Amino acid sequence: MAARPIAPDVLTTGSPARLIGGRHRASGRIVFPLPQDSQNYERIELPSRGTLWSYTVQRFRPKSPPYRGDELFQPFGLGYVELPGALIVASRLTEIDFRELRLGLPLELTTTVLRHDEDGTAVYTYAFRPVRAALG
Amino acid sequence: MTDVFIVGIGIHPFGRTDSRSGLQQGEYAVRAALTDANMQWSDMQFAFGGSDAAGKADTLVSQLGLTTLPFINVLNGCATGGATLFGAYNAVRSGDFDLGIAIGFDKHPRGAFDPKPADWGLPDWYGESGLMLTTQFFATKLRRYMDLHNITPITLARVAQKAYHNGSLAPHAWRRTPVSVDTILGAQMLNDPLTKLMFCSPAEGGVALIVASEKKARQLGGPAIRIKTISMRTRPQGSFEVFAPHLDLERGGSVTAVASRAAFEAAGLGPEDIDVAQIQDTESGAEIMHMAENGFCRDGDQEKWLAEGRTQLDGELPINTDGGCLACGEPIGASGLRQVYENVVQLRGAGGARQVTRKARNAYSHVYGAPGVSAVVILQC
Repeated sequence: MAARPIAPDVLTTGSPARLIGGRHRASGRIVFPLPQDSQNYERIELPSRGTLWSYTVQRFRPKSPPYRGDELFQPFGLGYVELPGALIVASRLTEIDFRELRLGLPLELTTTVLRHDEDGTAVYTYAFRPVRAALG
Repeated sequence: MTDVFIVGIGIHPFGRTDSRSGLQQGEYAVRAALTDANMQWSDMQFAFGGSDAAGKADTLVSQLGLTTLPFINVLNGCATGGATLFGAYNAVRSGDFDLGIAIGFDKHPRGAFDPKPADWGLPDWYGESGLMLTTQFFATKLRRYMDLHNITPITLARVAQKAYHNGSLAPHAWRRTPVSVDTILGAQMLNDPLTKLMFCSPAEGGVALIVASEKKARQLGGPAIRIKTISMRTRPQGSFEVFAPHLDLERGGSVTAVASRAAFEAAGLGPEDIDVAQIQDTESGAEIMHMAENGFCRDGDQEKWLAEGRTQLDGELPINTDGGCLACGEPIGASGLRQVYENVVQLRGAGGARQVTRKARNAYSHVYGAPGVSAVVILQC
């Protein structure tokens, strides 16, 4: 099934995906998303692991516009994830029981499907999920 | 520089008034303030006015009279009301004018605000992916605060219970029926830990305040409440505000704490001197966090304060005595002026059933708005 990212320059298309941020050339400050200003910002890939800084659950369907998700709405977790040495990023949270959410929870970057285009192409965005201990 | 006094107040009831436009509610408030001060529109030497979504304030002159007065429109998000008073206060304080009016009104569609990413300098994908809701900001700011400072959901419910109780006693409030803690906790969860009854709603309403120099106030002879100070600040580096795709690792202060400290310093007062306060309560947790950010208690003490009823009408620091945004709703352009209106009512001792028990001399109001603006007004009688 075809899939595409929600927008260019949000995350890399490699596997695993990485978030694309910007480093201010003069001050070194790291920002997300990458500003359209290559003179002042260097494109960088952000760390893919971090910890949960704060969170909530989106229990109702956000207004459209600006929201563009599939018609069938499922509540989703979201929050801020602290990426060490970089920044704290706003993100959806996925593959988690809402009752497991707590400050400091170790998380890793993944993707989640937001909606499907008319031709069936899945439109995905970034999300963080709990770091699971490897099996075996 | 002269001292500045509030010599007239007017309000159009908050909530929903289908029969009047936002501008008409502003006009209603102006006429009420003029009546309160026993004055005419032609006495006004200037006006500052604002609405976020209900039209241009200066078009009010068509209805109120073409007196050629200077009329400045203000647009500052939720702090619009605070900003109009800031302008009016400084116009009189400078000595250039000795009588003028601050006006705020609004009328919003039902339901949560629906911002456009581009208006905020943000990419469309941020809104498309469901991350651009003000309610999420309130919930995430609150979640972290509650975990770090041991605040529990019942304290959030107590804030809302107090608001609806106080609102039931305020003729200008929208929500005028008391609601129990259990009902508040059991209401539909919107963004954990906040239920539907812990959030304020966009609404309608209008407020007008007439300000005068000390000399003019004395000539008028009516009740005059001194504006001890007004401070207005924008966000410092590292603050946490709405619609932030990222935050810096290095966390900074809050714009409210900055505005509050500046106000107390200019007034030569401390939080312990305040007898009644109206503080921004977009949701229950905002009142909790703003209690500490404004210096009234230490982080975490709110749990005890609410349990002991210290912020009720008969408490040592009554907060949001007309039910605040929770009971009045939030017409953006009018909200900050409503707080000042309520403080004038309390300082005049005209609160009726919602009059605070303690003798009120110093009154404090705090309005906060996106994307990180706070205005604090301290009144004294």
